[in-house]
Amino acid sequence: MNKIWIAVGLAGALTLAGCGGGEKTETKQGETAAPAAATGATPDLTNGATITGKVIFDGAKPVMKTIDMSANPTCMNAHKSSPPKSEEVVVNDNGTLKNAFVWVKSGLPDGTTWQIPATTVELNQTGCMYDPHVIGIMAGQNIDIKNSDPTNHNIHPMPAINQEWNESQPPGSADKMQSFPRQEVMVPVKCQIHNWMRAYIGVVSHPFYAVTGSDGTFSLKGLPPGTYVIQAWQEKYGPQEQTITVAAKDSKTADFTFKP
Amino acid sequence: MPLPGLRRFSVLVSVATLLLVVAGGLVTSEDASLAISDWPLNLGRLIPPMEGGIRYAFAHRILAASVAILILALALWQQAAEARAWVRRLGWTAVATVLAQAALGGAMVKLADPKTLSIAHACLAQLCFGFTVAIVVANLPGVPRARAGASPAMVPLLAAGALFVQTILGAAVRHGAMAIVPHMLGAGVSSALAMWAGLQVLMRHMETAPLRRAATLLLGLTFFQVFLGFAAWSSRAATIDDPQPMPVMIWATVAHVTAGSLVFGAAIALSMIVYWHDEPARPNLARGGMAVA
Repeated sequence: MNKIWIAVGLAGALTLAGCGGGEKTETKQGETAAPAAATGATPDLTNGATITGKVIFDGAKPVMKTIDMSANPTCMNAHKSSPPKSEEVVVNDNGTLKNAFVWVKSGLPDGTTWQIPATTVELNQTGCMYDPHVIGIMAGQNIDIKNSDPTNHNIHPMPAINQEWNESQPPGSADKMQSFPRQEVMVPVKCQIHNWMRAYIGVVSHPFYAVTGSDGTFSLKGLPPGTYVIQAWQEKYGPQEQTITVAAKDSKTADFTFKP
Repeated sequence: MPLPGLRRFSVLVSVATLLLVVAGGLVTSEDASLAISDWPLNLGRLIPPMEGGIRYAFAHRILAASVAILILALALWQQAAEARAWVRRLGWTAVATVLAQAALGGAMVKLADPKTLSIAHACLAQLCFGFTVAIVVANLPGVPRARAGASPAMVPLLAAGALFVQTILGAAVRHGAMAIVPHMLGAGVSSALAMWAGLQVLMRHMETAPLRRAATLLLGLTFFQVFLGFAAWSSRAATIDDPQPMPVMIWATVAHVTAGSLVFGAAIALSMIVYWHDEPARPNLARGGMAVA
């Protein structure tokens, strides 16, 4: 019988052990929260170098799969005009890739602390999809998570380095402000109420990153002179890297090509 | 003789526990394990809005609470009506397991689903089902009150142990903590042991109906489980590019998980039945020889 009580006690201890929670800040709808850090280096836009480029897709344009939202009428209603499609691979009209994350992986001067932007980066849940699908932020910078849908969502980032958390966000509720303290590329985010919802967050310790849009281009401005490893990451095809050396005021091009 | 009512109730509890395993498998396959972000409440209330993954997560919670009550009731009934101390202990062990399982489920929610807890939750579910199967077998008619001097049925027990290890490997694959190769190797080892156990019993005890039935059940379930394993793996591979879990993958995987529980339960049942029926006065059988009339 003693063993039974030991097991029950262990179960209780496990329950209590699970009572911690992640750090969070909530604001009222529309309010903008500013992160604390306002000191540190900023990109030198006058004398710094610029690396620009395109993320090219080389191959037959893949057909994006239709998401089945039929079990969720609220979500389905948001896509009456056209069926919702997967955003895993979005090829732009000019043959480039949307939603690629490009960043300086290494080469920046050691010991430099970069200023965390006071602005927030919005991650909206609309039509039971994340908008945008891929975002970039600096470590410590706030993400403003909105729920524009008339349905519940939960936001569950699954980082490997940062703290994992999971929170529900009912319709009409306040925005959630969240940040990640450590660099991590990429952090997948999912909603487990709607199991097709996926987003990716690139968390970087400096301001030299970009997400490609509908023209597939990126620009990293104000880089100090040096030799850098530039990485382009795509959700399905993974990362690619290039090494580029720049001098002051240089302007160099680095295109990345992904094949299916 | 065990009470017929108690026997029937133990079967009900075991079936309910298996249904809970099915529900848990569905929650994982639907990727809905954290659809409800709080515990023990459900989005701050008793009954959450029924949408998307919340339906699966909430149904799992309700079923889990029901099974916990059923297992507690079974333990209390056995405490009052069962003469054999080890059967009473089995009942309370099942209670402890289901409570620990509930705590693990809560911890998974509070800690945002760490892989280790998810794997432990999946494995403890199989153990809990295994205990309820053992209670059912203990309450079968014709089971001796005591079996002095008997040695455990080693091969079926080994098979049960290997099947449980295989459960751990399967859960690790399912929760992304391990590649599939160890699980496939484990499938070979555990299936071989289960078949060895089943065939050995058939060869020795073809004339004894309970043993023949238990061995045939183990063999049939093992074959079925290997087939379901291939089905689950191939359905996953075929739908890897889909934007969400597809029904074919969900049902093949849940069936594989459920059959895994049944094979484990069948190995436990066979171990117990062999233990009680294997006559020590017939050593030639224990050595694996053909039955002597």
